[in-house]
Amino acid sequence: MKVLVTVKRVVDPQVKVRVKSDGSGVETANIKMAMNPFCEIAVEQAVRMKEAGVVTEIVAVSIGAPQCQETLRTAMAMGADRGILVETGSEVQPLGIAKVLKAIVGKESPRLVIMGKQGVDDDNNQSGQMLAALLGWPQGTFISGITVNGDNAECVREVDAGLEKVTLRLPAVVTADLRLNEPRYVTLPNIMKAKKKPLEVVKPEALGVDIAPRLKILKVQEPPKRGAGVKVADVKELVAKLKNEAKVI
Amino acid sequence: MAVLVITDHDNAHLKPGVTNTVTAAARMGGAVTMLVAGHQCGAMAQAAAKIAGVAKVLLCDAPQYEGLLAENLAALIVPLAASYTHIVAPASGFGKNLMPRVAALLDVQQISDISAVESPDTFVRPIYAGNVLATVQSGDRIKIVTVRSTGFDAAGESASPAPIEKLAPAADAGLSKFNGQEVQKSDRPELTAARIIVSGGRGVGSAENFRIIEALADKLGAAVGASRAAVDSGFKPNEFQVGQTGKIVAPELYIAVGISGAIQHLAGMKDSKVIVAINKDAEAPIFAVANYWLVEDLFKAVPELTKEL
Repeated sequence: MKVLVTVKRVVDPQVKVRVKSDGSGVETANIKMAMNPFCEIAVEQAVRMKEAGVVTEIVAVSIGAPQCQETLRTAMAMGADRGILVETGSEVQPLGIAKVLKAIVGKESPRLVIMGKQGVDDDNNQSGQMLAALLGWPQGTFISGITVNGDNAECVREVDAGLEKVTLRLPAVVTADLRLNEPRYVTLPNIMKAKKKPLEVVKPEALGVDIAPRLKILKVQEPPKRGAGVKVADVKELVAKLKNEAKVI
Repeated sequence: MAVLVITDHDNAHLKPGVTNTVTAAARMGGAVTMLVAGHQCGAMAQAAAKIAGVAKVLLCDAPQYEGLLAENLAALIVPLAASYTHIVAPASGFGKNLMPRVAALLDVQQISDISAVESPDTFVRPIYAGNVLATVQSGDRIKIVTVRSTGFDAAGESASPAPIEKLAPAADAGLSKFNGQEVQKSDRPELTAARIIVSGGRGVGSAENFRIIEALADKLGAAVGASRAAVDSGFKPNEFQVGQTGKIVAPELYIAVGISGAIQHLAGMKDSKVIVAINKDAEAPIFAVANYWLVEDLFKAVPELTKEL
């Protein structure tokens, strides 16, 4: 079975971002970038399924600037067989991402698409669900387990109350939650090998997809800062403060 | 203007964020209609009808809605869309799963996780783990929105319940099947609805040691939370996770124990009214958001605190 995995290039989650002085966006020049952590988990899942003999080919897809090729090389160093970059310099919002991916799915015909549950940059948590909708496929979001069983995928989902079990009729789209797996570190020999794997670059126009953003970003700003706190000497002082000053207990 | 709010429930209880979502919906303008879809969920419709500001409740009760599967619910909601300017749901696991599917079927770009309503087409939403607030304007005919419940007060109760109208179900899409949930029963309050939360981090050290966190929580009538590090280490299941990719909470009092304060944890709790941090590391970043902090070994401080209260 062929699997498509998607990888997004984002500001490294350990980096504290700054708002541009004109409030038009977030400063991303000269900032460390990385593969979105949830996409790493998605790639790892595909690779484990290939190692288990369930998956025969893994195609990694990224959408964005030419530098996303690096993110695709990382996915290939983890074990993806080839990469496709849909290259664009403009902002692509989740609906546009889903439309691009639908076109790629049309060309590649995977039986399963594995995506991260959300990008840790814009925190939208939409693209996987939207892709499933556009394809008319079932969706398994926020999964912490997946077993392919003939024509079905048995998924365990992380929900607010605990865990939920759903059966999806393949083909399907699933999105990875944190506890699905722990992604491997890429090794030097695998990085070298990844450099020789095929990487195709296409433009959104060539796919016949309209990616114009629908949401206009009017401004971005930093949230209000919390006032400075007080260090307390011991538990007794803490209890006194909570009772008499904060009045919360 | 007419707003349709999709109700998050488990066929037995309305979820805590629903009443806050009604408050947000009312700010978008126009009459608020609630959709309650589920199985044997008539009581949910009666509960929704009592929320202040609700003009009408649509009830759709059929077996294919038991597990609130997105595939089936989206097929029910999409044909209703023509009558509304906004379709809104809580940004809970339920809303996050369902609403993008509805939006894509309507060719709409969803606005996720809003914390404020500026006007009927303009909203504020946190991005980058809450380190940045973006003000966004939608040009789509219909606005599909999920609501961060901590950004809005809960709507109260209405003296006269809204009328309930029955809605015919859509056909089962046959794409997916709900096979049940594994839910840990607890007498403690639910995390997103609690007035006080006691959370433990990696510093707690083990699942057994979480007992001292739980003892403090029980003394305070509080909910128990956990940082992602504690969840990753297997001290607590994922549903306890507070943070960017877990639950977003804003209680009256949040007590962070043995939590260093990673960006993604702060994203889930920094709107709490009063934050207390207990950590033996005097340099822990959590102290930067704390109202009161105590530099002490948690194994000494927490039992002492439980005793003092």
